[in-house]
Amino acid sequence: MTVVRVEQKVLNENQRIALDLRRRFEENHILCLNFISAPGSGKTTLLECTLAGFRPEEKIAVLTGDLQTENDARRLARYGFPVQQIVTGGVCHLDGKMIERHLEAWSLDDIDVLFIENVGNLVCPSSYDLGEEAKIVLLSVTEGEDKPLKYPSIFHKAALLILTKVDLLPYVPFDIEAAKANARQINPTIEILEVACSSGKGMDQWRVWLDQRRSKHHAASSAQSERQ
Amino acid sequence: MHEVGIATSILEAGHATAAARGSEAKLIGIGVRIGVLSGVDIDALRFAFECITAETEDDKVVLTTEKCPRVNRCDNCGNEFTSLQASPFTDAPCPRCQNTSTSFVSGDQLDIAFVEVEEP
Repeated sequence: MTVVRVEQKVLNENQRIALDLRRRFEENHILCLNFISAPGSGKTTLLECTLAGFRPEEKIAVLTGDLQTENDARRLARYGFPVQQIVTGGVCHLDGKMIERHLEAWSLDDIDVLFIENVGNLVCPSSYDLGEEAKIVLLSVTEGEDKPLKYPSIFHKAALLILTKVDLLPYVPFDIEAAKANARQINPTIEILEVACSSGKGMDQWRVWLDQRRSKHHAASSAQSERQ
Repeated sequence: MHEVGIATSILEAGHATAAARGSEAKLIGIGVRIGVLSGVDIDALRFAFECITAETEDDKVVLTTEKCPRVNRCDNCGNEFTSLQASPFTDAPCPRCQNTSTSFVSGDQLDIAFVEVEEP
Protein backbone atom coordinates (compact mmCIF):
# COMPACT_ATOMS: atom_id res chain seq x y z
CA MET A 1 0.00 0.00 0.00
CA THR A 2 1.26 3.46 -0.88
CA VAL A 3 0.13 6.63 0.84
CA VAL A 4 0.24 9.60 -1.51
CA ARG A 5 0.32 13.01 0.20
CA VAL A 6 -2.02 15.20 -1.79
CA GLU A 7 -2.68 18.60 -0.18
CA GLN A 8 -5.37 19.92 -2.44
CA LYS A 9 -8.78 21.41 -1.91
CA VAL A 10 -11.69 18.98 -2.13
CA LEU A 11 -13.43 21.51 -4.34
CA ASN A 12 -10.35 21.93 -6.51
CA GLU A 13 -12.30 21.91 -9.73
CA ASN A 14 -14.78 24.49 -8.45
CA GLN A 15 -11.87 26.57 -7.16
CA ARG A 16 -10.20 26.48 -10.57
CA ILE A 17 -13.38 27.69 -12.25
CA ALA A 18 -13.92 30.35 -9.57
CA LEU A 19 -10.40 31.72 -10.04
CA ASP A 20 -10.98 31.91 -13.77
CA LEU A 21 -14.32 33.68 -13.23
CA ARG A 22 -12.66 36.13 -10.82
CA ARG A 23 -9.95 36.89 -13.38
CA ARG A 24 -12.58 37.51 -16.07
CA PHE A 25 -14.60 39.74 -13.74
CA GLU A 26 -11.49 41.77 -12.99
CA GLU A 27 -10.48 42.08 -16.61
CA ASN A 28 -13.94 43.33 -17.49
CA HIS A 29 -14.23 45.55 -14.38
CA ILE A 30 -17.29 43.66 -13.16
CA LEU A 31 -18.27 43.86 -9.52
CA CYS A 32 -19.80 40.46 -8.68
CA LEU A 33 -21.75 40.01 -5.44
CA ASN A 34 -23.08 36.68 -4.17
CA PHE A 35 -26.25 36.96 -2.04
CA ILE A 36 -26.80 34.13 0.42
CA SER A 37 -29.54 33.62 3.01
CA ALA A 38 -32.13 31.18 4.26
CA PRO A 39 -35.24 30.89 2.08
CA GLY A 40 -37.57 33.82 2.68
CA SER A 41 -35.08 36.31 4.12
CA GLY A 42 -35.75 38.69 1.25
CA LYS A 43 -32.98 38.26 -1.31
CA THR A 44 -35.27 38.66 -4.31
CA THR A 45 -37.13 41.59 -2.77
CA LEU A 46 -33.88 43.37 -1.91
CA LEU A 47 -32.67 42.83 -5.46
CA GLU A 48 -35.94 44.14 -6.87
CA CYS A 49 -35.65 47.33 -4.80
CA THR A 50 -31.99 47.63 -5.75
CA LEU A 51 -32.66 47.23 -9.48
CA ALA A 52 -35.44 49.81 -9.25
CA GLY A 53 -32.84 52.34 -8.12
CA PHE A 54 -30.54 52.02 -11.14
CA ARG A 55 -30.81 54.17 -14.26
CA PRO A 56 -31.91 52.13 -17.31
CA GLU A 57 -28.59 52.70 -19.10
CA GLU A 58 -26.56 51.19 -16.27
CA LYS A 59 -25.00 47.81 -16.96
CA ILE A 60 -26.50 45.56 -14.33
CA ALA A 61 -27.16 41.82 -14.65
CA VAL A 62 -28.64 39.19 -12.35
CA LEU A 63 -28.27 35.43 -12.08
CA THR A 64 -30.80 33.93 -9.72
CA GLY A 65 -30.71 30.35 -8.47
CA ASP A 66 -33.54 28.14 -7.31
CA LEU A 67 -34.23 24.43 -7.10
CA GLN A 68 -37.25 24.84 -9.34
CA THR A 69 -39.29 27.49 -11.19
CA GLU A 70 -38.45 30.66 -13.11
CA ASN A 71 -40.52 32.76 -10.70
CA ASP A 72 -37.65 34.87 -9.37
CA ALA A 73 -36.27 35.61 -12.84
CA ARG A 74 -39.73 36.78 -13.88
CA ARG A 75 -39.94 39.08 -10.87
CA LEU A 76 -36.48 40.51 -11.45
CA ALA A 77 -36.84 40.88 -15.23
CA ARG A 78 -39.51 43.55 -14.75
CA TYR A 79 -36.79 46.13 -14.07
CA GLY A 80 -35.41 45.94 -17.60
CA PHE A 81 -31.98 44.51 -16.83
CA PRO A 82 -30.76 41.14 -18.13
CA VAL A 83 -31.73 38.32 -15.79
CA GLN A 84 -31.22 34.58 -16.05
CA GLN A 85 -32.71 31.92 -13.84
CA ILE A 86 -30.44 29.06 -12.85
CA VAL A 87 -32.68 26.09 -12.10
CA THR A 88 -30.50 23.68 -10.14
CA GLY A 89 -33.02 20.83 -10.30
CA GLY A 90 -32.61 19.96 -6.65
CA VAL A 91 -29.01 20.98 -6.03
CA CYS A 92 -28.90 23.08 -2.87
CA HIS A 93 -26.30 25.66 -3.96
CA LEU A 94 -24.82 27.34 -7.03
CA ASP A 95 -21.35 26.32 -8.17
CA GLY A 96 -18.77 27.88 -10.45
CA LYS A 97 -19.70 25.76 -13.43
CA MET A 98 -23.32 26.95 -13.34
CA ILE A 99 -22.17 30.58 -13.34
CA GLU A 100 -19.69 29.95 -16.15
CA ARG A 101 -22.33 28.26 -18.27
CA HIS A 102 -24.92 31.00 -17.81
CA LEU A 103 -22.45 33.80 -18.52
CA GLU A 104 -21.94 32.39 -22.02
CA ALA A 105 -25.23 34.00 -23.03
CA TRP A 106 -23.93 37.49 -22.19
CA SER A 107 -21.12 39.74 -23.33
CA LEU A 108 -19.12 40.64 -20.24
CA ASP A 109 -18.48 44.10 -21.73
CA ASP A 110 -22.12 44.84 -21.11
CA ILE A 111 -21.95 44.19 -17.36
CA ASP A 112 -20.63 46.47 -14.62
CA VAL A 113 -22.38 44.85 -11.67
CA LEU A 114 -23.39 41.19 -11.55
CA PHE A 115 -25.70 40.17 -8.75
CA ILE A 116 -25.88 36.46 -8.01
CA GLU A 117 -28.83 35.37 -5.91
CA ASN A 118 -27.86 32.00 -4.51
CA VAL A 119 -30.27 29.20 -3.68
CA GLY A 120 -32.07 29.91 -0.40
CA ASN A 121 -29.89 27.97 2.03
CA LEU A 122 -27.64 29.19 4.81
CA VAL A 123 -25.27 26.23 4.78
CA CYS A 124 -24.17 24.75 1.46
CA PRO A 125 -23.66 27.89 -0.68
CA SER A 126 -20.97 29.02 1.75
CA SER A 127 -18.65 26.23 0.54
CA TYR A 128 -18.71 27.23 -3.14
CA ASP A 129 -16.65 30.13 -4.44
CA LEU A 130 -18.36 31.69 -7.47
CA GLY A 131 -15.56 34.13 -8.27
CA GLU A 132 -17.44 36.89 -6.47
CA GLU A 133 -15.87 40.00 -5.02
CA ALA A 134 -17.89 39.56 -1.84
CA LYS A 135 -20.48 37.33 -0.25
CA ILE A 136 -23.43 39.16 1.27
CA VAL A 137 -25.51 37.36 3.87
CA LEU A 138 -29.09 38.38 4.63
CA LEU A 139 -30.86 37.76 7.92
CA SER A 140 -34.45 38.90 8.40
CA VAL A 141 -35.81 40.01 11.74
CA THR A 142 -38.45 37.29 11.61
CA GLU A 143 -35.66 34.74 12.06
CA GLY A 144 -33.63 34.07 15.21
CA GLU A 145 -30.92 36.49 16.31
CA ASP A 146 -28.70 33.50 17.10
CA LYS A 147 -28.47 32.39 13.46
CA PRO A 148 -24.89 33.67 13.10
CA LEU A 149 -23.93 31.31 15.94
CA LYS A 150 -25.88 28.40 14.48
CA TYR A 151 -24.58 28.84 10.93
CA PRO A 152 -21.11 30.29 11.49
CA SER A 153 -19.61 29.30 8.15
CA ILE A 154 -21.46 31.84 6.02
CA PHE A 155 -21.21 34.65 8.58
CA HIS A 156 -17.50 33.96 8.76
CA LYS A 157 -17.10 34.31 4.99
CA ALA A 158 -19.46 37.21 4.29
CA ALA A 159 -18.17 40.77 3.94
CA LEU A 160 -21.57 42.30 4.63
CA LEU A 161 -24.59 41.32 6.71
CA ILE A 162 -27.88 42.90 5.69
CA LEU A 163 -30.58 42.71 8.32
CA THR A 164 -33.84 42.78 6.39
CA LYS A 165 -37.52 43.52 7.19
CA VAL A 166 -36.47 45.85 10.02
CA ASP A 167 -39.83 47.66 9.75
CA LEU A 168 -41.27 44.57 11.49
CA LEU A 169 -39.09 45.07 14.57
CA PRO A 170 -41.95 46.50 16.71
CA TYR A 171 -43.95 43.31 16.11
CA VAL A 172 -41.36 40.57 16.54
CA PRO A 173 -39.19 39.55 19.49
CA PHE A 174 -35.93 40.04 17.56
CA ASP A 175 -33.04 41.55 19.50
CA ILE A 176 -31.19 43.39 16.75
CA GLU A 177 -28.21 44.34 18.90
CA ALA A 178 -27.79 40.70 19.95
CA ALA A 179 -27.92 39.66 16.28
CA LYS A 180 -25.15 42.13 15.42
CA ALA A 181 -23.05 41.04 18.39
CA ASN A 182 -23.48 37.39 17.39
CA ALA A 183 -22.38 38.12 13.83
CA ARG A 184 -19.33 40.02 15.09
CA GLN A 185 -18.40 37.15 17.38
CA ILE A 186 -18.04 34.99 14.30
CA ASN A 187 -16.59 37.71 12.07
CA PRO A 188 -15.33 40.85 13.83
CA THR A 189 -14.83 42.74 10.54
CA ILE A 190 -18.26 42.04 9.04
CA GLU A 191 -20.09 45.19 7.94
CA ILE A 192 -23.76 45.43 8.91
CA LEU A 193 -26.66 47.30 7.31
CA GLU A 194 -30.35 47.41 8.22
CA VAL A 195 -32.98 47.63 5.51
CA ALA A 196 -36.73 47.40 5.02
CA CYS A 197 -37.64 47.18 1.37
CA SER A 198 -41.35 47.87 1.92
CA SER A 199 -40.67 51.30 3.47
CA GLY A 200 -37.33 51.98 1.77
CA LYS A 201 -35.60 52.31 5.15
CA GLY A 202 -31.86 51.81 4.91
CA MET A 203 -31.88 51.55 1.11
CA ASP A 204 -29.78 54.73 0.83
CA GLN A 205 -27.04 53.29 3.03
CA TRP A 206 -27.13 50.05 1.05
CA ARG A 207 -26.76 52.03 -2.18
CA VAL A 208 -23.82 53.96 -0.67
CA TRP A 209 -22.16 50.66 0.29
CA LEU A 210 -22.71 49.36 -3.23
CA ASP A 211 -21.38 52.49 -4.93
CA GLN A 212 -18.30 52.52 -2.69
CA ARG A 213 -17.63 48.90 -3.55
CA ARG A 214 -18.08 49.68 -7.23
CA SER A 215 -15.59 52.53 -7.25
CA LYS A 216 -13.12 50.61 -5.10
CA HIS A 217 -13.41 47.57 -7.33
CA HIS A 218 -13.16 49.63 -10.49
CA ALA A 219 -10.03 51.40 -9.25
CA ALA A 220 -8.43 48.11 -8.23
CA SER A 221 -9.22 46.27 -11.46
CA SER A 222 -8.11 49.27 -13.59
CA ALA A 223 -4.80 49.38 -11.74
CA GLN A 224 -4.50 45.65 -12.32
CA SER A 225 -5.03 45.96 -16.09
CA GLU A 226 -2.56 48.86 -16.32
CA ARG A 227 0.12 46.74 -14.67
CA GLN A 228 -0.40 43.99 -17.25
CA MET B 1 -27.21 18.67 2.45
CA HIS B 2 -24.47 19.29 -0.14
CA GLU B 3 -22.38 16.48 1.32
CA VAL B 4 -23.22 14.17 -1.60
CA GLY B 5 -21.57 16.66 -3.95
CA ILE B 6 -18.60 17.01 -1.62
CA ALA B 7 -18.29 13.21 -1.31
CA THR B 8 -18.37 12.90 -5.10
CA SER B 9 -15.59 15.49 -5.43
CA ILE B 10 -13.54 13.60 -2.85
CA LEU B 11 -13.96 10.31 -4.69
CA GLU B 12 -13.07 11.95 -8.01
CA ALA B 13 -9.94 13.47 -6.49
CA GLY B 14 -8.97 10.05 -5.13
CA HIS B 15 -9.39 8.42 -8.52
CA ALA B 16 -7.43 11.19 -10.24
CA THR B 17 -4.53 10.70 -7.84
CA ALA B 18 -4.60 6.93 -8.29
CA ALA B 19 -4.82 7.22 -12.09
CA ALA B 20 -1.79 9.53 -12.11
CA ARG B 21 0.24 6.63 -10.64
CA GLY B 22 -0.57 4.30 -13.51
CA SER B 23 -3.45 2.16 -14.66
CA GLU B 24 -2.54 -0.66 -12.23
CA ALA B 25 -2.91 1.51 -9.11
CA LYS B 26 -6.07 0.78 -7.18
CA LEU B 27 -7.68 3.37 -4.94
CA ILE B 28 -8.18 2.04 -1.41
CA GLY B 29 -8.43 5.07 0.83
CA ILE B 30 -8.77 8.85 0.97
CA GLY B 31 -7.99 11.16 3.89
CA VAL B 32 -9.67 14.54 4.21
CA ARG B 33 -9.38 17.47 6.60
CA ILE B 34 -12.63 19.20 7.48
CA GLY B 35 -12.56 22.47 9.41
CA VAL B 36 -15.32 23.27 11.90
CA LEU B 37 -16.12 26.36 9.81
CA SER B 38 -16.15 24.56 6.46
CA GLY B 39 -19.92 24.17 6.43
CA VAL B 40 -19.55 20.42 5.99
CA ASP B 41 -20.97 17.98 8.51
CA ILE B 42 -18.64 15.03 8.94
CA ASP B 43 -21.34 12.47 9.80
CA ALA B 44 -23.40 13.51 6.79
CA LEU B 45 -20.30 13.38 4.62
CA ARG B 46 -19.44 9.84 5.77
CA PHE B 47 -23.00 8.76 5.15
CA ALA B 48 -22.98 10.35 1.68
CA PHE B 49 -19.66 8.68 0.86
CA GLU B 50 -21.07 5.30 1.89
CA CYS B 51 -24.12 5.86 -0.28
CA ILE B 52 -22.24 6.82 -3.42
CA THR B 53 -19.73 3.96 -3.10
CA ALA B 54 -22.13 1.19 -2.03
CA GLU B 55 -22.34 -1.66 -4.52
CA THR B 56 -19.78 -0.06 -6.80
CA GLU B 57 -16.15 -0.99 -7.36
CA ASP B 58 -15.34 1.69 -4.78
CA ASP B 59 -17.27 0.09 -1.91
CA LYS B 60 -14.03 -0.85 -0.13
CA VAL B 61 -12.52 2.64 -0.36
CA VAL B 62 -11.97 3.91 3.19
CA LEU B 63 -12.71 7.54 3.95
CA THR B 64 -10.65 8.97 6.81
CA THR B 65 -11.79 12.30 8.20
CA GLU B 66 -9.86 14.64 10.44
CA LYS B 67 -11.86 17.38 12.13
CA CYS B 68 -9.81 20.58 12.26
CA PRO B 69 -10.36 23.10 15.04
CA ARG B 70 -10.81 26.80 14.66
CA VAL B 71 -7.49 28.52 15.31
CA ASN B 72 -7.32 32.15 16.36
CA ARG B 73 -4.34 34.36 17.13
CA CYS B 74 -4.37 36.80 20.03
CA ASP B 75 -3.96 40.37 18.73
CA ASN B 76 -2.14 41.28 21.92
CA CYS B 77 0.38 38.53 22.66
CA GLY B 78 0.34 36.55 19.40
CA ASN B 79 -0.62 33.31 21.14
CA GLU B 80 -2.46 30.90 18.84
CA PHE B 81 -5.24 28.92 20.45
CA THR B 82 -7.76 26.42 19.17
CA SER B 83 -11.32 25.31 19.72
CA LEU B 84 -13.33 22.51 18.16
CA GLN B 85 -16.36 24.66 18.66
CA ALA B 86 -17.04 26.77 15.59
CA SER B 87 -18.90 29.42 17.49
CA PRO B 88 -18.97 31.57 19.49
CA PHE B 89 -15.27 31.91 19.48
CA THR B 90 -13.78 35.18 18.35
CA ASP B 91 -14.54 36.88 21.63
CA ALA B 92 -13.13 34.03 23.66
CA PRO B 93 -10.33 35.47 25.76
CA CYS B 94 -6.79 34.42 24.94
CA PRO B 95 -5.98 31.66 27.42
CA ARG B 96 -2.55 33.25 27.98
CA CYS B 97 -3.25 36.98 28.43
CA GLN B 98 -7.09 37.08 28.59
CA ASN B 99 -7.29 39.62 25.75
CA THR B 100 -10.57 39.29 23.82
CA SER B 101 -9.44 40.74 20.50
CA THR B 102 -8.29 37.87 18.29
CA SER B 103 -7.90 37.14 14.58
CA PHE B 104 -8.92 34.15 12.55
CA VAL B 105 -6.08 31.85 11.46
CA SER B 106 -7.72 28.64 10.19
CA GLY B 107 -10.69 26.34 10.57
CA ASP B 108 -12.45 26.47 7.23
CA GLN B 109 -10.42 23.71 5.55
CA LEU B 110 -12.01 21.31 3.12
CA ASP B 111 -8.87 19.58 1.92
CA ILE B 112 -7.69 16.22 0.63
CA ALA B 113 -4.73 15.25 2.82
CA PHE B 114 -3.73 11.90 1.35
CA VAL B 115 -4.77 9.12 -0.97
CA GLU B 116 -3.97 5.45 -0.38
CA VAL B 117 -3.36 3.24 -3.38
CA GLU B 118 -2.48 -0.41 -3.83
CA GLU B 119 0.19 -0.91 -6.42
CA PRO B 120 1.29 -4.21 -7.92
